[in-house]
Amino acid sequence: MNAYWHCFSGIVLREWLRFVLQRTRFLSALVRPLLWLLVFAAGFRAALGIAIIEPYDTYIPYEVYIIPGLACMILLFNGMQGSLSMVYDREMGSMRVLLTSPLPRTFLLCSKLLATSLISLLQVYAFLAIAWLYGVQPPATGLLIALPGLLLVALMLSALGLLLSNAIRQLENFAGVMNFVIFPLFFLSSALYPLWKMREASEWLYWLCAMNPFTHAVELVRFALYERFNPLALAVCVGLTFLFALLAVLTFNPQHAALRKSN
Amino acid sequence: MNALEVSDLSFAYGAREALRHVNFELAPGRFAALLGPNGAGKSTLIALLTRLYDLQHGDIRVGGSSLRDAPRPALKQLGVVFQQSTLDLDLSVEQNLRYHAALHGLSRRQSGVRIDAELARQALTERRRERVRELNGGHRRRVEIARPLLHQPRLLLLDEASVGLDPASRLALNQHIRNLCREQAISVLWTTHLLDEVQASDDLLILHQGRLVASGQADVLSLEHGGDLGSAFTRLTTSGAAR
Repeated sequence: MNAYWHCFSGIVLREWLRFVLQRTRFLSALVRPLLWLLVFAAGFRAALGIAIIEPYDTYIPYEVYIIPGLACMILLFNGMQGSLSMVYDREMGSMRVLLTSPLPRTFLLCSKLLATSLISLLQVYAFLAIAWLYGVQPPATGLLIALPGLLLVALMLSALGLLLSNAIRQLENFAGVMNFVIFPLFFLSSALYPLWKMREASEWLYWLCAMNPFTHAVELVRFALYERFNPLALAVCVGLTFLFALLAVLTFNPQHAALRKSN
Repeated sequence: MNALEVSDLSFAYGAREALRHVNFELAPGRFAALLGPNGAGKSTLIALLTRLYDLQHGDIRVGGSSLRDAPRPALKQLGVVFQQSTLDLDLSVEQNLRYHAALHGLSRRQSGVRIDAELARQALTERRRERVRELNGGHRRRVEIARPLLHQPRLLLLDEASVGLDPASRLALNQHIRNLCREQAISVLWTTHLLDEVQASDDLLILHQGRLVASGQADVLSLEHGGDLGSAFTRLTTSGAAR
């Protein structure tokens, strides 16, 4: 059992060191949600009124509304980017080293997903700290309660990223992932607009958003940040995390990539 | 017990056969050179030996443990130096080594002791805190050789490990591995396409078009197939005669 612990802590430590050493990557990951918060949300504030909806007790400015969505956006980008880099690495580089470990491949992949998810959380909390200074201040206990929810979302999205990169050859570049995964997941969710607004616009759009796993991720975090529990969002996120992780591990096989290339 | 046994190993990429009924053994403490022209199947064999690809047909046993049935004990006894650098350039020498030791389940204390020993052996103790990015090619290669030795394997696999080194560093590396092989009784499988890296007393394996066309001691094979190693290699890899 000790061998597993040493292995897992070694993987986490490596991700941590890479995070500390690559400050520019960290900053660029923060710039994206901050632009949305400081520019997009400020501009939309006047145009979009938010009615009183759960979990908020009162009318809220738009900046407050989009914070959970932007926190999840960081996890979405990191999850997809992290999983793609695992694909690039699988035939050479660090993934080859990882796979020569005698420990089971499932354990190694899950450790890697968990390690990158933990590092993503640091970025989310750095973003929440800046948002706090900007004036978006959820309850302090909410920030703590949201931690396991954010970790669950990070794991779900990383596992989804790995599953997609295993399954779809065309996703081996980031532009494809942006167009066909990140944008649809993000825009067809409750990250930017509440679902009732979507319903006003179009019934089928509403249903697309309601079925989107990212909507449940955002709502799980939104409720947790305001000390509320959203059982449906939790159930969906837990279920999908297990499903995505299981399928990702089952379909992870560098041999498939080699076979595809030779065909 | 043999350090490595490859039995009836075949592998295909779809309809294209990359390896066909390959059989060989490597005794403890022996240095074996695996030679083959481009496309001979060396990379596929390495991918199978390192568990990157799953076995399709046949088996590989490392120290008596089957990669198919007991991958954990098999991989515990296997150390690998890859052709392309797999070091993390932004991390220090020690951080890279600690990561590898952790992947093999070594505790911090155990890995500390072994890292000290391997760095001393590679004359890299002074550089342990330097980032790998700051090291020259020769030193990076030495770090990559120190790394798999941390978990004390019985079999060391080097996949074209001398690629990119100048002739002097290449020879020094080759000699260093031979010393390791002798002093620590580690078996070495050294893949290359450079004939001057092979010595007369080495075990020699020649792959051609996915088949093992020759195996035996280098000087004996040379005599059997043309007199010197160069002629033997040319003859064996142009005729396509499989054993």
